[in-house]
Amino acid sequence: MTHNQETDTAAMNMSTSQFIEDQVTGSSRQLNEMKTRVTARDVNVFYGAKQALFDVSVNVPDKSVIAFIGPSGCGKSTFLRCLNRMNDTIEGCRVEGEIRLDGQDVYDPKIDVVELRARVGMVFQKPNPFPKSIFENVAYGPKIHGLASNKTDLEEIVVTSLKKASLFEEVKDRLHEPGTGLSGGQQQRLCIARAIAVSPEVILMDEPCSALDPIATAKIEELIDELRANFTIAIVTHSMQQAARVSQRTAFFHLGVLVEEGPTEQIFTAPSDKRTQDYVTGRFG
Amino acid sequence: MNSLTVAALLLVFLGLAYQQGWSLSRRLATPEGRLHSRPAYHGSLVAIWTVAPALLILALWALFGNTASRAFIIANLPAELADQPASVIEPAIQRVRQIASGFGVAGDVQPYETAAGQALRQFQVIMSATVLAAAAAFAALSLYFARRRVALRLQARNEVERLVGYLLLACSAVAVLTTLGIVLSLVFEAARFFTFVSPADFFFGTVWNPRFSTTGAGSGQYGLLPLLWGTVMVAAIAMFVALPIGLMTAIYLSQYARPRVRNFVKPVIEILAGIPTIVYGFFALVTVGPFLASAGAAVGIDIRATSALTAGIVMGIMIIPFISSLSDDILRQVPRAMIDGSIGLGATRSETIKRVVLPAALPGIVGAFLLAVSRAIGETMIVVLAAGNSPFLRANPGEPISTVTVTIVNQLTGDQDFASPQSLVAFALGLTLFVMTLFLNMAALYIVRRFREQYE
Repeated sequence: MTHNQETDTAAMNMSTSQFIEDQVTGSSRQLNEMKTRVTARDVNVFYGAKQALFDVSVNVPDKSVIAFIGPSGCGKSTFLRCLNRMNDTIEGCRVEGEIRLDGQDVYDPKIDVVELRARVGMVFQKPNPFPKSIFENVAYGPKIHGLASNKTDLEEIVVTSLKKASLFEEVKDRLHEPGTGLSGGQQQRLCIARAIAVSPEVILMDEPCSALDPIATAKIEELIDELRANFTIAIVTHSMQQAARVSQRTAFFHLGVLVEEGPTEQIFTAPSDKRTQDYVTGRFG
Repeated sequence: MNSLTVAALLLVFLGLAYQQGWSLSRRLATPEGRLHSRPAYHGSLVAIWTVAPALLILALWALFGNTASRAFIIANLPAELADQPASVIEPAIQRVRQIASGFGVAGDVQPYETAAGQALRQFQVIMSATVLAAAAAFAALSLYFARRRVALRLQARNEVERLVGYLLLACSAVAVLTTLGIVLSLVFEAARFFTFVSPADFFFGTVWNPRFSTTGAGSGQYGLLPLLWGTVMVAAIAMFVALPIGLMTAIYLSQYARPRVRNFVKPVIEILAGIPTIVYGFFALVTVGPFLASAGAAVGIDIRATSALTAGIVMGIMIIPFISSLSDDILRQVPRAMIDGSIGLGATRSETIKRVVLPAALPGIVGAFLLAVSRAIGETMIVVLAAGNSPFLRANPGEPISTVTVTIVNQLTGDQDFASPQSLVAFALGLTLFVMTLFLNMAALYIVRRFREQYE
């Protein structure tokens, strides 16, 4: 890491702690009393013979944002994808341990994966709208799950979802134009609207801003903060500033191990583990 | 001329010239003056300059040597024979050539033939020696001049690159020129056909009955429609078989199959594409046709053993690997992110395929479909054997039919007289077929290209 970046990181940490003192101190006590939405116990993940995650245990609290941070290849995305069983689609991937959503075992063979994924929505690293119209993109989930009984219902769901994703004002005149014609930031908000449209309980976001410019990133972060009122959100991010800005709790992963998890302000200002300390102050990663 | 000698001569010059250019350029290089190009390029350039003129001489000999020897033979034949029409003189020339080559001829050898043969033999020996010597002389001369060109600042690298470019261009021109030649010969012969039969009678006639050329020129009826109908019907049946099976195979291979299954199944399917079509033809004739006939009889439908249905079904089987392989490639191009997006919303595999993968891949699949159709239209052997060769307008696929390709085979096998419409019609049919497949292929390529642009 160059000298310049180091000072940047240091400056960021200053502003981070400032931000957290301003914003989060009041709510952190409240958080501890919140009920837990997702619990993971001793999760191990293998890609073939290679183990990617080692005994990860974490609780995701309801109606708040938890950020997974850590250097590349540390397993944070792998863990996120365990929560809605997206890893099922990867050849040779095996998950051990226990993940419960509202007390229900996610990896129970009897569970309906389709229903699970409707309850746990996902937003991906790269905006991936379908090559369909904006309207059809958002209507996709509701149509599959039969959430709308008629056309009016469907339109209402689409409009509400677009509004919740703060995209409606920008696209209301061109709902029937292709979603791929939007800008990167708009596409990502379209993907968020698409996820919201199925009314999930949990939304997983896998580095949702990594392909976006700072302005689009700011908009998405603002949106995440708004969505917290209605949804439980787990976000993987490379940016520590982003974790500090949007999350209430932060989990730090390193080499497939969950090193430390706690209130965001604590992770960034007074981490208990040396590795977390090193990472958040920019000494490695 | 002994081609081994020629090849050896060329190789010797090639090696010599390369070595000369290489060492000469190396000697030129001094600490003050750097070579513009590396010695290898100088060597290559000198080699090209040396061998190219020799090759030109040999090419000219290959082009005009036959004409020269022919003129020589005619000059050596008795004068009264030289005045005979082509039908007499051509076999005579052929006999002389065979005597000269030492293989001998059937029947008694006339004294003048032996004399002409021996003369030709001598002529050939002298000519080939001359050509060889000329080629060698040219090569030596150009080696001398090429050596003189080698200089410190000679941009040998750029020149070699340019010459390689020309060489590659020439290679691709071969394919283009061949196509052009085929089209032109089709057009000219078809034009000759249309002097016998009006295009309206040909393109809109409903009766195909060309008779035989012995019964007189232009006496038959040359209606294209029964043949076109047969072609379309067989191709339609083939696509009806091939499209669903091929597409489902492609979907299975690209979306469901584990790599191990895929690595086994895909090559096996592609073996189907390697079976010669004549083998499919007798598979149709011996197995499928009788089976269909007896199956039809069991349920009270009259199906002939050789019919549009038999040919169509077997052709469909032949086309399956074509469709499945192309569609598989196209389906795999649909970005993983898009599939994940759909699955992440709780869609099942099949919903994802139906609503996201197939619509995204549709243009490509249509392209594959059109390419397969143009193959079905041009396919010959299966229909020759299994369609029954009966050029009538019939709607029932259980009846025998005939296609454009089968008719071309019929018109061009046996005794041909290329002055009669009975043979010339083949070119008009070929042209029709060519235009049809050309448009299908162009449409397919256009659609596939549009699709490619979408995901780059």
